[in-house]
Amino acid sequence: MPQLQVIVGAQSGLHARPASLFVRAAARQTVKVGVGRPGQTPVDARSLLSVLALAAGHGETLELTADGDGAQDALGELAALLADDLDAVR
Amino acid sequence: MSTAPLAGIGVGSGSAAGAVAKAAPAPVLPPPRPVTDPAAETAAVRAALAEVVADLEARAARAGGTAADVLTAQAMIAADPVLADRAAELVATGTDGPHAVTGAYAAFRAALLAAGGYFAERAADLDDLRDRAVARLLGLPMPGLPDPGHPYVLVADDLAPADTALLDPERVLALITVRGGPTSHTAILAKALGLPAVVGCAGAAGLHDGRQVLVLAAEGTVHPDPGPEDVRRAAEEQRRRRERAAGATGPGRTADGHPVALLVNLGALHELDGAAAADSEGVGLFRTEFLYLDREQAPTVEEQTAAYRTVFEAFAGRRITVRTLDAGADKPLPFATAADEENPALGVRGLRTAVRDPQLLETQLAAIAEAARSTGADVRVMAPMVSLPAEAAAFAARVRAHGLPAAGAMVEVPAAALRAERLAEACDFLSIGTNDLAQYAFAADRTLGALAELLDPWQPALLDLVAATAEGAAARGVPVGVCGEAAADPDLAPVLVGLGVTGLSAAPACLPEVRAALADRTLADCRRLAVLARTAPDAATARARVREALGAPAD
Repeated sequence: MPQLQVIVGAQSGLHARPASLFVRAAARQTVKVGVGRPGQTPVDARSLLSVLALAAGHGETLELTADGDGAQDALGELAALLADDLDAVR
Repeated sequence: MSTAPLAGIGVGSGSAAGAVAKAAPAPVLPPPRPVTDPAAETAAVRAALAEVVADLEARAARAGGTAADVLTAQAMIAADPVLADRAAELVATGTDGPHAVTGAYAAFRAALLAAGGYFAERAADLDDLRDRAVARLLGLPMPGLPDPGHPYVLVADDLAPADTALLDPERVLALITVRGGPTSHTAILAKALGLPAVVGCAGAAGLHDGRQVLVLAAEGTVHPDPGPEDVRRAAEEQRRRRERAAGATGPGRTADGHPVALLVNLGALHELDGAAAADSEGVGLFRTEFLYLDREQAPTVEEQTAAYRTVFEAFAGRRITVRTLDAGADKPLPFATAADEENPALGVRGLRTAVRDPQLLETQLAAIAEAARSTGADVRVMAPMVSLPAEAAAFAARVRAHGLPAAGAMVEVPAAALRAERLAEACDFLSIGTNDLAQYAFAADRTLGALAELLDPWQPALLDLVAATAEGAAARGVPVGVCGEAAADPDLAPVLVGLGVTGLSAAPACLPEVRAALADRTLADCRRLAVLARTAPDAATARARVREALGAPAD
């Protein structure tokens, strides 16, 4: 199954705003994406509560997994989002 | 008036008339029941969760601004697909709908609390969302603030701090609560928003949505089905009061020029803009607990310094009185509060926590000092829950060791009030917290609406303690402020000044009326009013006597 490791870029970790941006993007994908710490069972990336419960801090490594058509594209888009500083206001 | 008025405890002196809209209480989970049709039960659970989402999204669309963001974020949590799946799994194993929803939320709640910090702060949101879904399943109205689509008089059992973020003063005309006392969250909120309120109004439980009421906060009464003449007279009186309040500006003083510092209370960064914009001489009470709540560990010195700097910069050129951490009692913190106290209001709280954990206070003082240095602000620091002169002296020494110029003690414990001169000897100022002082003087839990009479700031015994504190401070030439709810009452303000109080700190919305009340009276008038109040046999008589005297033309 395709997977990709990425370092959390949001300054205050994957909480409130960064988490909801990530979850919204995951919900837009055509494939189901999992997210979790390497070696642990991933959670559904479309679930805000599950993503919040990961309590992933800035600089932590997370692993994205997906399967099926378009899995690579989905992983690429979500990984870029995770690595970005989502706290930055634009 | 066509119907007998309902009596409660008035907050503020305003009035308002309008239609009632009730805030439903959180549902009580019924005992578990067997599930006979799991498919139907699952469908009901999913429908209830979806209704909560739809309701929140509709509110977000109407709200706009910060409130819309909060509501949208809540809707997104309520719409969580994994949450619904977990609840469905629980139903499949024989759990009824309300318990399944509760169980699904509980698992996430525990995970967020364990994560601490930002994540733990979401836990309270989950409780609200759970209550909404459970209420739907039980066929009850959704708890929380109503949204009838027009301005309304809010009637609630009691309001929680969480309700405050969403309460829109443009839509809420007045607040009425069945429970709650004069120092309850509802009363504090009403003052902050400048809304008339009647709390502890048992009769309000019988009011239904849409009923017209006239709320007279000064009298502490709610009049159902008021006549048009009564509504007109109240509105006229309200207009007169606003005009009078708008007429006085600048530093507080009596009619003969005796200065009384008028200051604002500040308890969270989101209040900062409103507090800084108010016509005041600075902050009389900067509560710092918001930095520490919902955390597993104390905030770092850097984080605290940044927060203090934000506040100090907003009040550049004015004074800021910072109260060091007041943990314990109704504000327990995992890193500062002992879990095994049977009587936390009388336990290790306020300055007492600094004896057990000196580093907590050292870090806070270092952060305040650093923020003061880098902004050049006029910063004063005071300790909560001081009982002994020696405690005040030790605290002042620690404050000065950080290069901070002014150290003070809160007077909330009767022992401190009685020994105020000794306390003042060690301090640069004193500040009376009337809410806790009443609680300890009358042995009355300040959160209990049933004890509201004992907690009335007009109690002559409380005024005696204020007088003793002011006399002790005057003997040592140090200023003495009042920063409890008493300072916000425009009728009580001249009495406090007459007792010797030199500064009043209140919610920003309360200051104009307090300023106007002082500007109308000379210091000699204030002293006469103080004697009237202190010699009264009870609180009601004290209030009535002073109001009668205030109604008469000043001499």
